[in-house]
Amino acid sequence: MSAVAYAVPSILIFATAAVLILVGAIGVISLKNPVHSALSLIMTLFGVAIAFVAQSADFLAAVQIIVYAGAIVVLFLFVIMFLGVDRRQHANVEPLVGQRAFAGVGVVITVAGIVALMAKAHWVTGAMSVSTNGVALATGQGNVKQLGSAVFTTYLFAFEATAALLVIAVVGAVLLARRERTLQSDEVEV
Amino acid sequence: MNVPAAWYLVLAAVLFGIGAFGLLTRRSALIMFMCIELMLNAVNLTFVTFARTLSDIGGQATVFFVMVVAAAEVTVGLGIVVAVFRRRSSTSVDELSELKG
Repeated sequence: MSAVAYAVPSILIFATAAVLILVGAIGVISLKNPVHSALSLIMTLFGVAIAFVAQSADFLAAVQIIVYAGAIVVLFLFVIMFLGVDRRQHANVEPLVGQRAFAGVGVVITVAGIVALMAKAHWVTGAMSVSTNGVALATGQGNVKQLGSAVFTTYLFAFEATAALLVIAVVGAVLLARRERTLQSDEVEV
Repeated sequence: MNVPAAWYLVLAAVLFGIGAFGLLTRRSALIMFMCIELMLNAVNLTFVTFARTLSDIGGQATVFFVMVVAAAEVTVGLGIVVAVFRRRSSTSVDELSELKG
């Protein structure tokens, strides 16, 4: 099917998302200043959120902005500025000879393999969804209700496990980032 | 009608490739974490595209869990970066070579 058959708005949305994602991603890996990298990361995350909205994943787009752009990138920026890494320039040396070339070749092979696989495979098999008992994904009007009932019924165990995971992560982060308390002479262990 | 799913899948594959290249070549632990985020986002985009293509909410639910795991991973990872920086005043991964055989 030629591209003309698709509505112009959806192509425009895809192009916007693609430009934001790719420019942001290249900025993350090429900019020298970590603060600029973090800002480029926000650009990529917004592009992904646009792609989510275009594919009727409204709730995930909102979570993407709130959790990723709002919390994770702020955490990155906080650590960058807390440590003062932005003033330090890393020497642009290659400790391993030809590392960049090998990385480039490996990445090109990987991406080409994925694309070739996608070009040959037939994804839409007509099989019924197993996670929603054959109910089709709602499009256009939002599927927050569907997502919620899937998370709280089919994926309930995974949901509970992520709750435990988050608690463990918070406790671990506090333990890791805590300054080691040196034992003073007056607080002798009992 | 929406654009074909293959466009989004190729975009996600390229995004994953950029993230992998950055992870392999950059030296700063912070930038490496950002590259991991790029790769996770590429996978999320693939999941959402397949959720649309196969009309299955399971893909979107998985993205939800991937986001939670990413948040936990960043929390612990940045805690490790802060702890390492306290000891060495650098975030370069090349200087962490105590376990070298």
